[in-house]
Amino acid sequence: MVEALFWPALVGYGEAALAYASMRTSRAATWGVRLGWLAQTALLVVQAVHADGFPWSSWSGSLNLFVWLVVGAYLIWGCRPRFRLLGLAVMPLAAALFVVARLGGGTVAPGRSHYSNVFLVLHVGFVLAAFAGFTLAAALAALYLWEEGRLKRRAPDILRLRLPPLQALERLTRRTISVSLPLLTLGLVAGVVRLREDGGSLDALEALTLATWLVYGAFVVARPGGRRAAYLALGGFTLVVIARLALSAGHFA
Amino acid sequence: MSSLSLVGLSHHVAPVELRERVSLDLAAAAELARSLGDAVCLSTCNRTELYLAGGDVDRAAEALAEMAGDPLDGVLYRLHDDAAALHLFRVAAGLDSLVPGEAEILGQVRDAYESVQTGPLLGRVFRQALAVGKRVRSETSIGESPASVSSAAAALAVQVFGDLDGRRVLLIGAGRIGELTAASLVSRGAEIAFVANRSVDAARSLARRFGGAEVALDDLPTALAEADVVVSATAAADVVLHAGDVPVRRRRPLFFIDIAVPRDLDPAIQELDGCFLYDIDDLEAVVAETLAGRRVEAARAEHLVAEEAERFHTWRASLEVVPAITSLRAHAERIRERELAKVEGRVSERERRTLESVTQQILNKLLHLPTVRMKEAAAGADGASYADVVRHLFGLDEK
Repeated sequence: MVEALFWPALVGYGEAALAYASMRTSRAATWGVRLGWLAQTALLVVQAVHADGFPWSSWSGSLNLFVWLVVGAYLIWGCRPRFRLLGLAVMPLAAALFVVARLGGGTVAPGRSHYSNVFLVLHVGFVLAAFAGFTLAAALAALYLWEEGRLKRRAPDILRLRLPPLQALERLTRRTISVSLPLLTLGLVAGVVRLREDGGSLDALEALTLATWLVYGAFVVARPGGRRAAYLALGGFTLVVIARLALSAGHFA
Repeated sequence: MSSLSLVGLSHHVAPVELRERVSLDLAAAAELARSLGDAVCLSTCNRTELYLAGGDVDRAAEALAEMAGDPLDGVLYRLHDDAAALHLFRVAAGLDSLVPGEAEILGQVRDAYESVQTGPLLGRVFRQALAVGKRVRSETSIGESPASVSSAAAALAVQVFGDLDGRRVLLIGAGRIGELTAASLVSRGAEIAFVANRSVDAARSLARRFGGAEVALDDLPTALAEADVVVSATAAADVVLHAGDVPVRRRRPLFFIDIAVPRDLDPAIQELDGCFLYDIDDLEAVVAETLAGRRVEAARAEHLVAEEAERFHTWRASLEVVPAITSLRAHAERIRERELAKVEGRVSERERRTLESVTQQILNKLLHLPTVRMKEAAAGADGASYADVVRHLFGLDEK
């Protein structure tokens, strides 16, 4: 059953990743995203039904969940014809990570969960949701820098290869971060509660996640504009990437 | 059915001095069309064309020559039937326009068609032309990119701000080109908040027209603090606005359009954070690029137009067999009614209704395939022979 749902999801994401390359096929790409995401949702539901505890406690399982969250966030914010190039940035990444999740065994029926307590589950769930939002914000910020650069150097093809307006990109980046930061805050609070219960201490990964929170917190409080905002969003995302890699290497070991 | 003809001239073959002599407003064009019988006159700044259903083409050509005051030999083109329809479809799609894909022509075709009463042939070809124009615009992106410097400037402002609703424009210079660009921005929702000019009277007059306020050239930095878009088009020999005069703005981009030659705005403005400056060369490069894109889309549009022209041809050809089909059906209906009359009074009312229904169904089923086959044959070259055979077999001409 899980196997039967993996392939439609991958085909949907893969089709979207290719079809976003052309304006003419961008509508088909959007349908690929929608159908792929529905298939992955069904896959996650099946995994949850068969799991003994939290179904995505392995690094590959969490990657599977992460991909679902990233594509879900993209469906909310960016699944529009004018944001075609955002799809071109997000969907190949989502498809590739989905394949990696499968190779790591994260898309099969899960075994027994490593997570012993509800706070740990909440911690991981919220942090992953926030990271998915930050990933989308980083893609929006990268698009902003690209479009701003084209406007600055007065690229003649600026109206042929149209990106979303500069201010729309800036607004969406800010909004995505403003929604994601509270999720990260909740994830951190759940993590702290878990630490207290277990009597453990702050490790390097948790310190890194805290640093990520501080960067995005500064973004929300200082409300930078233009290029500075985009650089800060990308800086925060660098920490997210490191945290994800560290998570793979250490947290699930 | 009568034949479709076209006689006219356009920017491809006639210079503006000649076109302006045969150019007519909508009412005069309709009047001319009515004087020629079943006709439509399409008159724009780039063309005057007369479409006729079975009318006198020579008389139409003479009418145009009379208006021009010169014989129009070598300038007038004459097209007939499928060629005339194809031409009209290309015109409606904007493919015959000076700027490929321009949208105004579709409205002009509609106005010309609606200004007169037409017969079935002209009605069909014009309705289809309007549908072709819409189809080309919805299925290709031929009309999406700006084709002039002023519309490119407005499109670039949209690329920075998104929605231009409520965006404030500072217009420097009260000349015609600046006004055109400002009008293009206003059409997208921006408001002309300030007009600055060396002549205060000219600034005041233009500001009043746009509902803005005039400002002195010395007060530009103050107006800049409130503006989102600056359009500069003065005849000044030196720079009007230096980079040092642009106030620091936090989180609010400022878009500068410099369409003056020599340039009004300091090129160093482009280096300022959040400031974007386009001069006339930049805008022309953008327009050239978008026009190249339009030409690519025009090739796709030609395919759509050819498809529609083929459909028109099929429809026209099917008309050849319509009289034969109508006669055949009438003939069959007469036989049916005659035979039903024979049983009248010998069957109950309920039985009579059943007989009516059954014989009608038999007739429809029997004639369906011959009707379809005749229409198919008409789409090729055999329509007339098929019609003759049917008339002969059923003795349709003998009655």
